[in-house]
Amino acid sequence: MMRHKLAKRVQEVPPSGIRKFFDLVADVEGVISLGVGEPDFITPWHIREACIYSLERGYTMYTSNYGLAELREAIALATKRRYGIDYSYEDEVLITVGVSEAFDLAIRALVNPGDEVLIPEPTYVAYKPCTIFAGGRAVSVPTSVEEEFRLTPEQLEARITPRSKVLVLNYPNNPTGATMRRRDLEAIADVVVEHDLVVISDEIYDRLTYEEKHVPFASLNGMRERCICLNGFSKSYAMTGWRIGYALGDAEVIEAMMKIHQYAMLCAPIMSQKAALEALRSGNNAVEEMRREYNRRRRFVVKRLREIGLECFEPRGAFYVFPSIASTGMGSEEFAERLLKEQRVAVVPGTAFGEGGEGHVRMAYAASLRDLSEAMSRLEKFLSR
Amino acid sequence: MDRREEILRLLEGDARLSAGEIARAVGLSEAEVEETIAELERSGVIRKYKTVINWEKLGKEKVAALIDVKITPEREHGYDAIAERIMRFPEVKTLYLVSGMYDLSVLVEGSSMKEVAAFVAEKLAPLPQVTSTTTHFILKKYKEDGDMLYDGEELRRLAVSP
Repeated sequence: MMRHKLAKRVQEVPPSGIRKFFDLVADVEGVISLGVGEPDFITPWHIREACIYSLERGYTMYTSNYGLAELREAIALATKRRYGIDYSYEDEVLITVGVSEAFDLAIRALVNPGDEVLIPEPTYVAYKPCTIFAGGRAVSVPTSVEEEFRLTPEQLEARITPRSKVLVLNYPNNPTGATMRRRDLEAIADVVVEHDLVVISDEIYDRLTYEEKHVPFASLNGMRERCICLNGFSKSYAMTGWRIGYALGDAEVIEAMMKIHQYAMLCAPIMSQKAALEALRSGNNAVEEMRREYNRRRRFVVKRLREIGLECFEPRGAFYVFPSIASTGMGSEEFAERLLKEQRVAVVPGTAFGEGGEGHVRMAYAASLRDLSEAMSRLEKFLSR
Repeated sequence: MDRREEILRLLEGDARLSAGEIARAVGLSEAEVEETIAELERSGVIRKYKTVINWEKLGKEKVAALIDVKITPEREHGYDAIAERIMRFPEVKTLYLVSGMYDLSVLVEGSSMKEVAAFVAEKLAPLPQVTSTTTHFILKKYKEDGDMLYDGEELRRLAVSP
């Protein structure tokens, strides 16, 4: 009865490829899942304990729309220390309900109907739908395995039109694990300036790099003013369920985002903000421990995939590998479905991340080495049939 | 972190990982890993490989007690000679020299309370250097050597998520 009442924009967006696969996996017993998009670690105890303490003391109220001042201050300080970029905690930091909300706010704060948002593909699943919900046009910019899924200025320029307004960057990348080096980003910055684009840079995996240190887009010469930098606690501190993200940018754009946030969300949950503060204050060792553990798993999985005979470029960040399955002759959905049914290993078909993901699957190595080892053995059996 | 430390970290978490699995995770050849582990065993860095067992779950309950022991240290040997005597009893599972109100902390295990009490009364307390003992029977083990010994609820992540 309500169907014909639904907004066109919502109907326009197809159901999520991840959801579809989620339902398939739910029907199979004994699955080893490499289909997750979150750490397998539990939030370090000192962070959970700090949250409990804040509840004991009665912190159950709203916070400022911008978020707790001491958390914003700690974020500004950490950003300055790690990357040398200055943001005023008073009006250039906004605490959000995960980067998911921060991205939605950024898009809604920037996009007018018909404005084009350039999204490198394969892409994280939320960018296109959020763009469409905001009335914008999502324009895919292909990236290729030959370039290790880095965005190139040539590919970007080829998609630019007079309506181009926003470029979305997400490095280290979900789903590919790709990173951008300084020189790669600088080449993109030139195009950004030339075409007067705004950049939304989702850097949620910034602490999970394995070859070189992460370079934030806003740290490039002249880019701070053109960039909304998004980050959060989910991946580095294993805090996905807490839903704490943040946006950094010029006061005008942060205020615009806050305007939407104050009505849609009011504020992020205070107990989660308290936990995030503890994470920033003394969670550094835990982050480094987890990063090292991911790195061991990364090396293991890449090595095994190559031994098994799947081509796989070496991902330098996040916790995903994105091997090519073209050599099997199967499409990515067929591959993922058959691997699930025949060997009970869940991976996500590359097509869930846009057409550019065809011929690939995403595997998360956020699982124990033992599970990864078993999953690779099952994969080997699957392929030798 | 050097390669040896990487290997040890992996083994510390799961001693049954194969050399092949470790090799791939640390970026060495299988032979190199086997060699490194052999060297670590030879030099005594790796003492042995053990299994964490919750005997209670099998219904094989053991009785354990922590015993605070006061000692009169000996000239020339301090606490070492008496500690070495005490640690040779197979009933003694753990032995520490500690600061504070007493000197040695001794963890003793036996199959019954009687057995443990007898050990203290007949073997430990009569040693000439021991001036007093206080026995604390262990009522419940929550955590041992970094492992929590009870079953919490199973945590399940979404099998597929973005």
